Amino acid sequence: MSIMQKIMATVVQFMPDKDADPLTHKEGYVGQALNRVDGELKVKGEARFSAEYPFENMAQAALVYSTIAKGKITFLDTRQAEQSNGVIAVISYKNAPKMQDPPVFKAGGESTGSAGSSLPIMQNENIYWNGQPIAIVVAETVEQAEHAASLITVDYKIETPSVSFDALKADAKTPDDILGEPPKIEIGTAEKTLAQSVLHIDQVYHTPRYNHNAIEPHATIAVWHDDDSLTVFDPSQNVYGVKRTLAEIFSLKPDKVRAIAPFVGGGFGGKGSLWANTALCVMAAKIIKRPVKLVVSREGVFRIVGGRTLSEQRVALSVNKANKLTALIHTGTTAMTAHNYFPEQFSFPARNLYAAENIYLHQKFVRMDTVANSFMRAPGESIGTFALESAIDELAHALQIDPIELRRLNEPEKDPTKGTEFSNRHLLEAYRRGAEKFSWQNHNPQPRSQRDGKWLIGQGVASAYYPTYRFPASARVRICADGTAVVSASAHEMGMGTATVQIQHAAQRLGLPLDKVSFQYGDSDLPESPVAGGSNQTVSIIASVTAAAEKVHKKLFALAGHHADSPLSSLKYEQIEARANGLYSKDDSSQGETYTSILNRFALDYVEAEAASDMPVEIQKYSIHSYGAQFCEVRVNEETGETQVSRWLGSFDCGRILNPKTAISQFRGGIVMGIGMALMEETLFDERKGRIMNPSLAEYHVPVNLDVPHIDIIYNDIADEHTPLGAHGIGEIGITGAAAAIANAVFNATGKRVRDLPITLDRLL
Amino acid sequence: MKNFSYARAENAANAIHLISQNEHAKFLGGGTNLVDLMRENIEQPDMLVDVSGLPFNHIEALSNGAISIGAGVKNTDLANHAIIRDRYPMLSQAILFGASGQIRNMATTGGNLLQRTRCYYFYDKAAGCNKRDPGSGCDAIEGLNRMHAILGASENCIATHPSDMCVALAALDATVNVQGNKGKRVISFYDFYRLPGNTPHIETSLQADELITSIQIPPLEMARNSTYRKVRDRASYAFALVSVAAALEIEDGIITNVRLALGGVAHQPWRAHKAEKLLVSAAVNRKTFQDAAEVELKDAKGYGHNNFKIELAKRTLVSVLSELAESGGAR
Repeated sequence: MSIMQKIMATVVQFMPDKDADPLTHKEGYVGQALNRVDGELKVKGEARFSAEYPFENMAQAALVYSTIAKGKITFLDTRQAEQSNGVIAVISYKNAPKMQDPPVFKAGGESTGSAGSSLPIMQNENIYWNGQPIAIVVAETVEQAEHAASLITVDYKIETPSVSFDALKADAKTPDDILGEPPKIEIGTAEKTLAQSVLHIDQVYHTPRYNHNAIEPHATIAVWHDDDSLTVFDPSQNVYGVKRTLAEIFSLKPDKVRAIAPFVGGGFGGKGSLWANTALCVMAAKIIKRPVKLVVSREGVFRIVGGRTLSEQRVALSVNKANKLTALIHTGTTAMTAHNYFPEQFSFPARNLYAAENIYLHQKFVRMDTVANSFMRAPGESIGTFALESAIDELAHALQIDPIELRRLNEPEKDPTKGTEFSNRHLLEAYRRGAEKFSWQNHNPQPRSQRDGKWLIGQGVASAYYPTYRFPASARVRICADGTAVVSASAHEMGMGTATVQIQHAAQRLGLPLDKVSFQYGDSDLPESPVAGGSNQTVSIIASVTAAAEKVHKKLFALAGHHADSPLSSLKYEQIEARANGLYSKDDSSQGETYTSILNRFALDYVEAEAASDMPVEIQKYSIHSYGAQFCEVRVNEETGETQVSRWLGSFDCGRILNPKTAISQFRGGIVMGIGMALMEETLFDERKGRIMNPSLAEYHVPVNLDVPHIDIIYNDIADEHTPLGAHGIGEIGITGAAAAIANAVFNATGKRVRDLPITLDRLL
Repeated sequence: MKNFSYARAENAANAIHLISQNEHAKFLGGGTNLVDLMRENIEQPDMLVDVSGLPFNHIEALSNGAISIGAGVKNTDLANHAIIRDRYPMLSQAILFGASGQIRNMATTGGNLLQRTRCYYFYDKAAGCNKRDPGSGCDAIEGLNRMHAILGASENCIATHPSDMCVALAALDATVNVQGNKGKRVISFYDFYRLPGNTPHIETSLQADELITSIQIPPLEMARNSTYRKVRDRASYAFALVSVAAALEIEDGIITNVRLALGGVAHQPWRAHKAEKLLVSAAVNRKTFQDAAEVELKDAKGYGHNNFKIELAKRTLVSVLSELAESGGAR
């Protein structure tokens, strides 16, 4: 933590809380299970995604990837490709224009960049990872471009890459920080306590690499204009990040770049950074002076878009005779590269979930010559909860105590590592409600005690955990004389229901019917929203819309309040509220007037205001996190080791739920991803060449429908007094705890404790 | 994808004529595997001879009780055919456990026989693969070989045949009817496939000019008590780690007839002759089944990641035989 951060952290403890938002507890559109506003468009196939924008004279591009992990290109023959039908240009390091190195993302750092890697893009002959783009072919059709790409021949001077985690881990280093948090936390003497303790467990867990497989691959259209400005259609979770990063790479003023991402076909963190493909598409368009489209192939997404690092984690726990934790140790190692900075915060859950007398948390990393690792749904927490929540279950089994009871006994009263007050933590209530609904009381803790013929049956439970983040955001609100309103923010819709929830909020905030409010988003020409990551977007934007709405209301009131004809003229601003299409006295339902009436009086078409959200000091003042309890049942074939998940209940504690329909979809989606992580998902990485060997959805397994049972979701729905509308982020928490719940259920079914993911059948034979 | 010419065959003779004109020509059926491989630049034919319009799309019950299946019959139609479901349930099940509904709607019977392996190194042009590029070595042997062969492999190739349907056909003693420049001939399923040996790029005994016209399944009353078991990493749309096609006939507690084939374990659908030999005339009990599994897997060899398949194959064999014995093997 920097000195400034420390000072801020101290100052905010003495800052008064904001006044409660009257909408937090108010009935209205917020909280209703409304359909997605873009649902019909999507079902009809009319929602237009980045690669679907038509441009006259648009060329198509294809990439060539390196097949070695480290070395230099010694020979690159593009002649055949250049002469191939329809080819307009073949670009490699030999003829690429000078471009600046991409400013890389670093949380808590000064950089405003959002690149996944800081490596120069096609600027020299050096190879840094197996799969690095080494040439881009531009042709009239995509088939011509892909074929020409296959004609390029290349020779390398091969150097020995660092790609063996086992060989590197002994020399793992401690990072400077983890998303601005300390990499190491030591409270008391955990190792010593553990060593002296009779009642303890001490285990090592492994998770493999994972790759992003959003249904929409990374796909860009780049269009340069006559004034040297640039428009880029790019499926991004961060359009301002794309704008700024491209501006840096191409030495442009940021206002010359416009990034558009109207719909994004799934992101999960894989589109949170700018990857080389976007810059290469822009470069190609600049060279051929025509619009260029580059749709990265499925294999290409594996090669050039980073996924989740592999990890080795140790969790050690000891308890006293009262089953209270005396030591909590969670340490381990992940892998990054020399050209990015993302240590994957697996130790975050252990910083918050349990009270323990002595705590030791320490993350290390190694550097490997691979594609830069990146965010993937609940980065850190997903794999961290696998290790921690497996270990808690192991401890409960060793102590012959119910795992929920063990958690209850170790529920902290305040944040265990920061010492701050919990803003809204009701994890035990989520457990209570979940246990009741799942009939946990029928669960037999004795392994191998339940069976149905050849199928061994078991249940498992684990805590879900994800921090609540809120980032600075801006929004514009326009209220029109025709009784409509338009809310604008650069925000991102990757399928979560962004527009739906923002319209719900704005309609209620402005006192307008839902169908009179629209939401413009996915465009860097609109006021800035933060990256749609860290489950922050919904609350961040709500805070900015709240600020902008207040500003518009003040403008309207300034108009109306000074005009004798207005029924509002006798009131103070504090006495009015927005409802029934206008502004009215809080006390007298008849005193007030509609927006239309106010604006017509002044012959105005609209009033609008843009505002930034207040600083998210609540995040520092309080310990604000999302929680949940994952319950599942598995059936394991005793003969073959095949595992089926037969039942699931997620019981969540995530503040107020703003739209049950879209929220439940988010929870379910996370759990489906967690089922994949637990049972099948794995990047197959051949260490001999540092190469990914299953870059296809046929061989990289994610769950199919048959792998997923009906997933029941319940939630506490307790509003947080310190967050916008009482809400917490919910996008990522669904995957957390899921793999541990399955591993714990598999143990209950079979008596086998699998500490290495995925739990494929060979681990149960 | 490399450019290629395309011709639609008018009849079998025309198809054979066309393919004989060009040594880099390939027949096109449903295209569900070939076109994928062309898109990956693994297969690069100069010419495709489309045989999907030929009149080989019938399933016929012959007077001798055998079933003739046209090479162009779609996987979906074969799996759902009343005779197949009734008399050869293992075949229907095997097909339905393969691929996806959409793929089965396109894929043909003849094409299914000629599927290429799913070995990661076969698919990656940056890797050594004697099947794709003879003489370039086999990167799978010391690489990621969890999906690979445990039986009949060679030091040149440890790939597996990916088909489910063919495992059932091997168990059923199907024959393959082909037609070429030298006329028609019948190839037994056993002779149709080759083990990798020194020539893993040559996968079948089919000659370059030969077209599969139909498959014939001999009458086999006992196949009514048959099943196909596929063990894989997810519930659908994954290739078999191990699969078993089995039919069992029992009289008075003695096995009178048995058919057994394994999938996912070898370069070809693996007919378990050794196990069958041990089982016939043996008493029905778990020990017998275990002995049969042991004898069949006696020469099995793992390559590291796939060692578990040896035990898995044994267990699956025993499991399937036990199930069939319970479900009506006795008559």
